[in-house]
Amino acid sequence: MIEINHVNKWYGPNFQALKDCTTSVAKGEVVVVCGPSGSGKSTLIKCVNALEPIQDGEIILDGIKVNDPKTDLPKLRARVGMVFQHFELFPHLKIIENLCLAQEKVLGRSHDEAMTKGTKLLDRVGLKDHARKHPAELSGGQQQRVAIARALAMDPIAMLFDEPTSALDPEMISEVLDVMVDLAREGMTMMVVTHEMGFANKVADRVIFMDRGEIVEDALKTDFFGKPRSDRAQKFLSKILSH
Amino acid sequence: MFSNLDFDVIRRSLGFLFLDGMTFTLTLTGLAALGGLIFGTMIALMRLSSYRLLGRIAGLYVDFMRSLPLVLVIFWFYFLVPYIGQWLTGSSRPIRVGAFASSLITFIMFEAAYFSEIMRAGIQSISKGQPAAASALGLTYAQSMRYVVLPQAFRNMLPVLLTQTIVLFQDTSLVYVLSIPDFLGAASTVAQRDGRLVEMYLFAALVYFTISCFASFGVRRLQARIAIVR
Repeated sequence: MIEINHVNKWYGPNFQALKDCTTSVAKGEVVVVCGPSGSGKSTLIKCVNALEPIQDGEIILDGIKVNDPKTDLPKLRARVGMVFQHFELFPHLKIIENLCLAQEKVLGRSHDEAMTKGTKLLDRVGLKDHARKHPAELSGGQQQRVAIARALAMDPIAMLFDEPTSALDPEMISEVLDVMVDLAREGMTMMVVTHEMGFANKVADRVIFMDRGEIVEDALKTDFFGKPRSDRAQKFLSKILSH
Repeated sequence: MFSNLDFDVIRRSLGFLFLDGMTFTLTLTGLAALGGLIFGTMIALMRLSSYRLLGRIAGLYVDFMRSLPLVLVIFWFYFLVPYIGQWLTGSSRPIRVGAFASSLITFIMFEAAYFSEIMRAGIQSISKGQPAAASALGLTYAQSMRYVVLPQAFRNMLPVLLTQTIVLFQDTSLVYVLSIPDFLGAASTVAQRDGRLVEMYLFAALVYFTISCFASFGVRRLQARIAIVR
């Protein structure tokens, strides 16, 4: 589904954000990407739907080369859902309008069709009663659930999560993770950048550990938590699991 | 010293002052603000575009317009447009452009320079995550601007845009150089005709002051309301 082959990326001439990254996500697979801040994990996930350009290597999404100048990027991006750290709901639109906008303007669905789909998804994330509110009236956890529903409204073939819970207050993290766990169990293909090792333990198939722009470890979940091979991954795990 | 002033001249000319003069002034202000906003937004988008050349052209335009006194632009434009039109259409004589059309085009072009700076600040005030989220949903650049970025930029900048429109309302009085009967022009005509300069100019000042003052007050209230919503 997602193939990342020997990807290199630089910010300016001197800072290399990604160094020869190679990995893949199969259909229905859940892959968690973790690592210390500044390790390039968010950059990597943003390269998958070309929100960030890459300078070298290739990324292939459902058979289409993302970094080919001839690729119709809006069309490709419409097929992959993305959830951001800071939700990025559109504050001037009501919740239901947030869910309908791209359905109507990108997929060409009728307003009624989009509303039905939107309402159904809001119900699914437990926020049907908030459809007529504006994003600022909702809590962070609720906003992030709306953001997930907004992405799902496009019937994506895969979902990308960029630190979906790191901007949330602790008591709101689980309501978002619950939605994500359900999604994973239904067989959604997911690539998730997160520090939530409990989530990784519960639903991930594989865990990727990154440090300084490199993929240091790419292992099955049981192997990763059981016996990480690299020193850096061991140190990272011992730090975040010690509490 | 006020004993020989005749304020009845104002009452006698009210119809001409407001039905003709003020109507013209408000029409010019409204159309110029609307046109300036549309044209200005386009310039702002050019300045922020990733094509350097477009940005350079837009920047030069803004600097050029802001470096000239408005009254000179109005004056020159009125005399130049017929010849530019002749050159563009290839006709044998300078084309006829009415004083209203000429002043409207001038104000739109001039105000666009100022509105573009306001809209540029407005667009830059929107976090990068918003267009990123729009892109991630599959919206094109144009759709992302139209449905996500510009509505927010416009809303954030509305008080500043309206304040600039109040300045524009006062600036429209400069069309007197083309002898157009806007509000000030109408007052001036009556003043010259009846020899009542002091009365008419005092009254004109009072009217501009009252309208601008009330408009500013309205903008401040609007600003407070927007601040609460956000």
